[in-house]
Amino acid sequence: MADGLNKSAARNIFYGGSLFFFLLFAALTAHSHWYMVNTSTDSEGLTDSVKHGKEVWEKNMCINCHTILGEGAYFAPELGNVWERYGGHANPEAARAGLEAWIRAQPLGSEGRRQMPAYDLSDADMQALIDFLEWTDGIDAQDWPPHPSG
Amino acid sequence: MKYETQKVALPFFMVAMALFTLQVVFGLLAATVYVWPNFMAEIMPFHIMRVSHTNLLIVWLLIGFMGSTYYLMPEEAERETHSPTIAYIQLAIFAFAGAAALVGYQFGIHEGREFLEQPFWVKVLITISFLMFLFNTSMTLLKGRRTAINLVLMLGLWLAAVFWLFAFYNPSNLAVDKLYWWWVVHLWVEGVWELIMASLLAYLLIKMTGVDREVIEKWLYVIVGLALFSGLLGTGHHYYWIGAPSYWQPIGSIFSTLEVIPFFAMVVFAFTMFWKGSRNHPNKAAMLWSLGCPTVAFFGAGVWGFMHTLHWVNYYSHGTQVTAAHGHLAFYGAYVMLLLGIITFAMPALRRVQPYNQILNMWGFWIMTSAMCFMTFTLTFAGVVQTHLQRVLGMNFMEVQSQLGLFYAMRLGAGIAVAIGAAMLLYAFFGPARQQVPAGGTQLTAGPGHA
Repeated sequence: MADGLNKSAARNIFYGGSLFFFLLFAALTAHSHWYMVNTSTDSEGLTDSVKHGKEVWEKNMCINCHTILGEGAYFAPELGNVWERYGGHANPEAARAGLEAWIRAQPLGSEGRRQMPAYDLSDADMQALIDFLEWTDGIDAQDWPPHPSG
Repeated sequence: MKYETQKVALPFFMVAMALFTLQVVFGLLAATVYVWPNFMAEIMPFHIMRVSHTNLLIVWLLIGFMGSTYYLMPEEAERETHSPTIAYIQLAIFAFAGAAALVGYQFGIHEGREFLEQPFWVKVLITISFLMFLFNTSMTLLKGRRTAINLVLMLGLWLAAVFWLFAFYNPSNLAVDKLYWWWVVHLWVEGVWELIMASLLAYLLIKMTGVDREVIEKWLYVIVGLALFSGLLGTGHHYYWIGAPSYWQPIGSIFSTLEVIPFFAMVVFAFTMFWKGSRNHPNKAAMLWSLGCPTVAFFGAGVWGFMHTLHWVNYYSHGTQVTAAHGHLAFYGAYVMLLLGIITFAMPALRRVQPYNQILNMWGFWIMTSAMCFMTFTLTFAGVVQTHLQRVLGMNFMEVQSQLGLFYAMRLGAGIAVAIGAAMLLYAFFGPARQQVPAGGTQLTAGPGHA
């Protein structure tokens, strides 16, 4: 420890520096918020159904098995790009039907395979959830993930 | 124990250790599912085990921080705690809220954002309890002596409460949701909790090494300064792939690399003070934890964090078992070991005996710490294989997972060893106090209050 630095100088550097970096961080966060709303996400497309889909996602706590944009439990596949994986860019109707059929088919009950529980979603909840996954796929996430495999 | 009200720490430590035990149990269950996927699939699906495991950790760490604060504040402020009654009431509220959340999870009652799954009313109770705690300890501080240790500690706790408020903000836009979710999650564990960690560590070192307070407190300010200068903008490493602007890639990479420095400084700090120390403190086990905590935190949080923090690495490793490996060792080193060290240090005084069961405690230290390291290595190997197969070659997630069975089996084995070490440690804390260090000798100059 430099002899030139005494305790009160160290304290002042701590308080002053922390405040500086906090203000910088807060400003960049504010800009990022603005950027997300205006550039990287589809604010127009954030319909009531997409919003409800996020609620369905949360109500069933999907995050504690799956990941979404890489955050979650790593136990089950990434769903941030599941819309792409199901071919939603080329054929949205088929992707929608495929996702619904997959969720409705749970639990698969195949021995030795991780098992997704059955979720008894209403038709409206199901469509909203898929709308939410479709909307999430549209987030400009700097080309992440590297492959459609998620 | 120099101040009578320090004893309010004891029930906090007991509740914390009970929840720690449950955390280990849920961790074992979840690790078992990784090996035998159909294990308990109908009674308790994986997501319930996982939410219980993570939430118990958070709750017991917070209760441990509160207990530690109640223990050290009278000594640092040189006066009794403002109100022991408030302390007991807020503990009861917090423990009730935590237990209610845990029971609720088993019945599917929860919200749905990772780590913030507590139902709204539980979040409110947690807030009320924490504010009562802050009031109680701040009153003690205001009326007493202010030291760098108790000021930095209280600053960390207050800021933790402030950032917690973002848990109540859940925007419908998923990207914006994630932007502010990290204001709780990152600014806690890689920000203000480091203030709590560094100040508690400084307290232990003052008490046990006898090094001059001026020296220790200067180090403390330097370390917490480094922690916040790097850690605030270091949040950027979570903003790479969530729809935030690309400038977070250089900012996050640079500043989160710098996050290693405060952890390294804590290692140097602890060992330098240990070697400079003139005092031969009889609580060898507490000294071991005080040196082990910054060391494992440096590897778990620092080295394992750096390993996947650069954005061109993280592009491939993000959200794989590499993250899980880092998360386990970082939490264990920085916060679990810290609190186990504080409890090891405080228990003899709280039980009004000389340091006791030291050998058993140290066995617990070595078994648990080695097992956590082993678990981290296995998850790291799993993560590297997963990253290559899934992110470089583009293989399907479930196919990749079926290649990782060996690592998950070894992780379960490591988990069992952690449980054994934890059981030994708990018995050392709360079991009969055999093998006390004889009173007298170095002990005469070493108890609390002699710093």
